[in-house]
Amino acid sequence: MTIGLTHYLVLATILFVIGLIGVVRRKNLLLLFFSTEILLNAINIGFAAVSKYYGDLTGQMFSFFIIAVAASEVAVGLGLLVLWYKRNGTIDLDSLQEMKG
Amino acid sequence: MEAIAFYLFSALTIVLFLIVVFSKNALYSMSALAGGMILISGFFFLLDADFLGVVQIIVYTGAVMALYAFGMMFFDTTKDVKEKINDKKIANILWISAGVLLLCIITAPFIGNHLALDAPLNISILEGANNPQAVGIVLFTKYLAQFELAAVMLLVAMIAGIILVGKKMDDSITLKEMDEKIDAEEFDMKDNK
Repeated sequence: MTIGLTHYLVLATILFVIGLIGVVRRKNLLLLFFSTEILLNAINIGFAAVSKYYGDLTGQMFSFFIIAVAASEVAVGLGLLVLWYKRNGTIDLDSLQEMKG
Repeated sequence: MEAIAFYLFSALTIVLFLIVVFSKNALYSMSALAGGMILISGFFFLLDADFLGVVQIIVYTGAVMALYAFGMMFFDTTKDVKEKINDKKIANILWISAGVLLLCIITAPFIGNHLALDAPLNISILEGANNPQAVGIVLFTKYLAQFELAAVMLLVAMIAGIILVGKKMDDSITLKEMDEKIDAEEFDMKDNK
């Protein structure tokens, strides 16, 4: 049985859904960041698979830029998280509600 | 052979990511996430995207997870974050319906074979080049402007990270707590005298 494009796309969707569960159900802000990484990685697999099965490098290029965006997101997001922890002593998602935005 | 590798990697990745999502301890989550990232690079190698696989290991496992590990030193990870989920039913309905919808959206055009490539990237130099060479050629010709923008964005993110975390580096939380403890002890000793 050969592995086709659909296999990879189904796998990407499963991983994306796992990330989605994390985003929806966890209240720990650090876990929210981890789930975001899972979402981005799932999409990267999808892009790489499409790139291979259509013989086009554009998908891989898109993955590179996604990785760059993810790296900068982590740097800034973790900085903000550390600041929030220093100020409030918690990384609970509900603690953000006190801003009443 | 490819099928065995694919199913092995997918089973391991799914299990590791489930651990990430459902683990109570953030440290276990982080370790599982690092393992999952390495296994994902295995998919990239299977898909003939060698350079992407290497970048995945270096950037994600090497840089991003190391950053998380250092970032977690700022948090008290032994202290459990109390997670109060108000309505579990709505959350479950949300992720299940979103997942089914996504599966349909992503796989439908490929199962029906209705998707054709509009403008394939045909550069004659790419003939015979291996993956890293081809990536380099495409990245520095067609995507040069985006590449430079990404470089500037990474620089901005680096400076932002340094400014945000390092601004009040001199007053550390643990040191402050220790100082308070020492002060309290001294106060007690004075009381005893």
